[in-house]
Amino acid sequence: MEQAIYQELPAERMEEIEGLFAEIRKEFKGRADELIPMLQRVQRRLGFLPEQALLEIARLTGLSAARVFGTATFYAQFRFQPVGKNIIRVCRGTACHVKGSNRILETIEEHLQVSPGQITPDGLFTIETVACFGSCALAPIMVVNDSVYGSLNRSRALKLLDEIRAREEGSSEKTPFRSLN
Amino acid sequence: MKRIKLAIDGRAVSVREGATVLKAIEEAGLYVPTLCYDPALKSFGACRLCIVEIEDMRGLPTSCTTPVQDGMVVHTETEEIQRVRRTIVELAIANHPYECLLCNKSQDCELLKVARHVGVEQGSIERLRRATRTRPPDRSNPAFDFEPDKCILCGKCVRRCDEIVGLGAIDFCHRGYDTAISPFGGRPLVQSICQSCGECVEHCPTGALLPKSLFVPEREIETICPYCGVGCSIHLGIRAGKILRVRGNEKSPVNRGELCVKGRYGLDFINHPDRLTRPLIRREGVPRNASTGDVHQIFREANWNEALERVARGLTRTMDQHGPDAIGLLSSAKCTNEDNYLFQKFARAVLNTNNVDHCARLCHASTVAAALAAFGDGAMSNSISDIDHAEVLFVIGSNTTECHPIIGRRIKRAIKNNGARLIVADPRRIELCEMAEVHLDHLPGTDVALLNGIMHQIVEENLHDQSFISERCEEFEPFLESLNRYDLKTVEEITGVAGEKIRQSGLLFGKAKKAIVLYGMGITQHTTGTDNVKTIANLLMLTGNLGHRGTGFSPLRGQNNVQGACDMGALPVVYPGYQRVDNPVVREKFEKAWAKNLSEKPGLTITEMVQAAYDGQLKTLYVMGENPMLSEPDLNHAREALARLGMLVVQDIFLTETAQLADVILPAASFAEKDGTFTNTERRVQRVRKALDPPEEARQDWEIIAEISKRLGYPMNYDSSAEIMNEIARLTPIYGGIDHDRLNRGGLQWPCSDMKHPGTPILHKGQFTRGRGKFHVVHDRPPAELPTSAYPILLTTGRILEHWHTGSMSHRSHVLETLVPESHVEINPVDASRLGIVEGDVISLSSRRGTVQTKARKTHRVRPGQAFMAFHWREAPANRLTNPALDPQAKIPEFKVASVKAMLTVLEMAAEDNRFLTALAENPAGVLASYDLTPEHRKALVDGDIASIEKWVGPLEERMQAWLKARLRQENISEKQVSTI
Repeated sequence: MEQAIYQELPAERMEEIEGLFAEIRKEFKGRADELIPMLQRVQRRLGFLPEQALLEIARLTGLSAARVFGTATFYAQFRFQPVGKNIIRVCRGTACHVKGSNRILETIEEHLQVSPGQITPDGLFTIETVACFGSCALAPIMVVNDSVYGSLNRSRALKLLDEIRAREEGSSEKTPFRSLN
Repeated sequence: MKRIKLAIDGRAVSVREGATVLKAIEEAGLYVPTLCYDPALKSFGACRLCIVEIEDMRGLPTSCTTPVQDGMVVHTETEEIQRVRRTIVELAIANHPYECLLCNKSQDCELLKVARHVGVEQGSIERLRRATRTRPPDRSNPAFDFEPDKCILCGKCVRRCDEIVGLGAIDFCHRGYDTAISPFGGRPLVQSICQSCGECVEHCPTGALLPKSLFVPEREIETICPYCGVGCSIHLGIRAGKILRVRGNEKSPVNRGELCVKGRYGLDFINHPDRLTRPLIRREGVPRNASTGDVHQIFREANWNEALERVARGLTRTMDQHGPDAIGLLSSAKCTNEDNYLFQKFARAVLNTNNVDHCARLCHASTVAAALAAFGDGAMSNSISDIDHAEVLFVIGSNTTECHPIIGRRIKRAIKNNGARLIVADPRRIELCEMAEVHLDHLPGTDVALLNGIMHQIVEENLHDQSFISERCEEFEPFLESLNRYDLKTVEEITGVAGEKIRQSGLLFGKAKKAIVLYGMGITQHTTGTDNVKTIANLLMLTGNLGHRGTGFSPLRGQNNVQGACDMGALPVVYPGYQRVDNPVVREKFEKAWAKNLSEKPGLTITEMVQAAYDGQLKTLYVMGENPMLSEPDLNHAREALARLGMLVVQDIFLTETAQLADVILPAASFAEKDGTFTNTERRVQRVRKALDPPEEARQDWEIIAEISKRLGYPMNYDSSAEIMNEIARLTPIYGGIDHDRLNRGGLQWPCSDMKHPGTPILHKGQFTRGRGKFHVVHDRPPAELPTSAYPILLTTGRILEHWHTGSMSHRSHVLETLVPESHVEINPVDASRLGIVEGDVISLSSRRGTVQTKARKTHRVRPGQAFMAFHWREAPANRLTNPALDPQAKIPEFKVASVKAMLTVLEMAAEDNRFLTALAENPAGVLASYDLTPEHRKALVDGDIASIEKWVGPLEERMQAWLKARLRQENISEKQVSTI
């Protein structure tokens, strides 16, 4: 309930949504049981589920918008806020906690000036916490996009972030949003 | 059907096959606690309280989801069941607030009842309580609040909204402890698609969804909702002379307990301080046209005797000086049958004129005319419940979910639950289109061509019902021939609908064994209204869809008692029961019964009365419960007509726009303050019961009529409205068996010839009322007014869910007025951007007859080149724009097609004395290219340099500046053009 849907999609992304739905209309039949694959398809492309996409899925499947919203909010995998180009997941499991993952999280929050679930103003990072990654032997760990970084401490974590930032600033791609396609 | 025998707690029970164990437990007269069970909904099995032990079955199954089997042995309460149930309830209430003393629901709280039944323990609740997490209540809706802390997630609200209302405004969201009921996006209810019907509130087992009013009613009176023609049966909850709550009557065959937002939350107008409580007389010397301003400056209070004397004297004078036909009377589709009967009797027997009509003229006059000609009966042929039995539903010119919400839900459920297929023909993309297999968005006024095109397809595919046609109908051959010219290509050109969709509709409708056509004002309010209805009659006869269950001709009547007002003869050509005034045998019957000589001359219709008043032939108008000053087309003309009258008498519950022009105003009783009957759209005569006394000196309509009649030397001695109904029954064959006492169980559908007759749910069984059904040759004719370059937009008018007709009731309901406080016009985004209009702009709409200002709402519901506006607002009366052109037969005006132009109101004002802005406003983009501009001017225009432009057109306000900049960009005056000039 507290989680407000991200409403205003930048105008340039509206076209992207339209293009995406043109594909979705071809790939899917519009049956109600295709709801979750459709949601996944949208998130894979856009990184999150904007309101316009949920409404369009409701129209396609004939389900009520409230049902689509209800289903999407049930699963932890779906996001309703845009995500940064890089997702930083800090493990808050028991082993990592014992090894000081709370201090690592605090340091990152302070450094990037955002809380878990939020995106940095430059669109480069989103921080998230995870209950356990199952890589306890490497505790404390942090997962950046799909790479796992173990046996961290505060300065190594910060160095990692700075490296990513330097790499991004060098890259020509200007879009602040992540595209996994 | 096979019966299943089983044993429940040692009692032998027999129930029908397919029933649930819970149903069997109920039949056995036993109680098991439930929280999520609702007999109207599909079994859900979520609360787990109805668990039972069934021998030879593992675990404790929920009885609401377990079907009965022969020989089952069921135990409803064992020690284990008691223990499990207690834990379930303890979990449910562990985090529920303990404020039952302050909760308005506690009297009927299911949770409280169940907790008492299972015996919860304080200690275990404390143990189970989670750290309290209070969630903010949603108080956004004006009618009810949602308090998530009191919600037990039974899902009844979600399922009611989905299964019964067919809307799905809310659902379960999030997961685990965070689970909550929420509209889309977690936003407040009032910003969601919720229609505020309150079905969820009515069935919430706890205080989570609760009406805002604090008081609980002390008594309930069963009566009929006064809004639309569906005729829902309601219980008015009364306390201290006020209507506090309204709930649907579960036993009613019409609405089965359901209500819409108007019926449930829109009846508090009864108690509004604006109610008229004493007769009013226009002060000496105050002209009728000076009627805006302080009411007390215009009118003075009078006693009843003076007011009635004044009316009687005025009527006598007009009769003596100008003859009886200089008097016109408007009866009311809001009043009871008894009021209407007496009113037309007063016109005919006392005043000796047939000049009596009512607002059916403005809605279904064309239906009555056409259906009488085709079938012999001008009413809906079947019942509302037939919708449940149809294979195909064809909805044309009816925005059913907004204008007849309870029938709209039936349609949705028929599609969802019974697999019925839906065809919608409507120029607008209305809510029902979402469920339709085909949406025919034909151009307004092309219904005849569209339907003829569909019939052409049916005949081509040989899908017409030859035996029905030859056995039961006549004049088929010329009709069949007339269809020839409606081939797909022609119809496509006329209607603007793709030929493929027309063909698909023809196949769908033609192949259905049982099909219904439901229609509304979109068909009737045209200069071709009668033709449109005849075409529908042709379609139904062609396919044999009349005279049996699941078929039929379904005009959806607008007003609560418009069917009754027609039945009672509040029409200029018929006595009660559609007996014609020019039939000498009939006239003799009524002359004998009323002991007076009656006029054989057919009277004037509403629209003709207005014209006669304008021309000076009609001198006196007596209006009961109608408001032509908002409902007539071309209001400026109507206002002038009424101002020219010698005397205008208005009898109403509020000082309506019409009453403001009156000489004498008589305060009447509302529906809740009178006994009588209403007849709904399916011809069901239902009892209206008095719940309250009229305020102060207001009187029942029939009593007022009888008082005036007495003063004109014709005493009408009735003790009650029941006695009037007895007289109606004696003189009206179709009402022959109607008696107030007989109506107590769900009403009776006419024709009902005698006291033993059970009523007639389906007309034209075996034979049409007129003998044979008559096919009519009907050809396409264009509307009276078509868009031109000066008036390029085609405007249709109609209603919205939250308001009612001229708004004298709904604007005085707190909830309805809060939900939709102001008028708007629906306009397509394409037109809006062409005109530089953004959402919420105040725009001026002008037709050849007048101008109104209203807010713009951009929507794809209307096609480009079309606009829609409701006629509920006196501040923005859509009928100032509408065309008074009449259907030649039924005299119904063309409310559905008028040509208008739209302009930003600020622009209209700025352009008034400015040729440059006028040119921009009235011409398409590119107009400036032809102007001989100086380089300096051109540069200012190209740059959008407002400061320079202001130097030569004068100061522009902010909205105008924004508009001008956008408009200049469209002009596209490039540098290249500068050099060429």
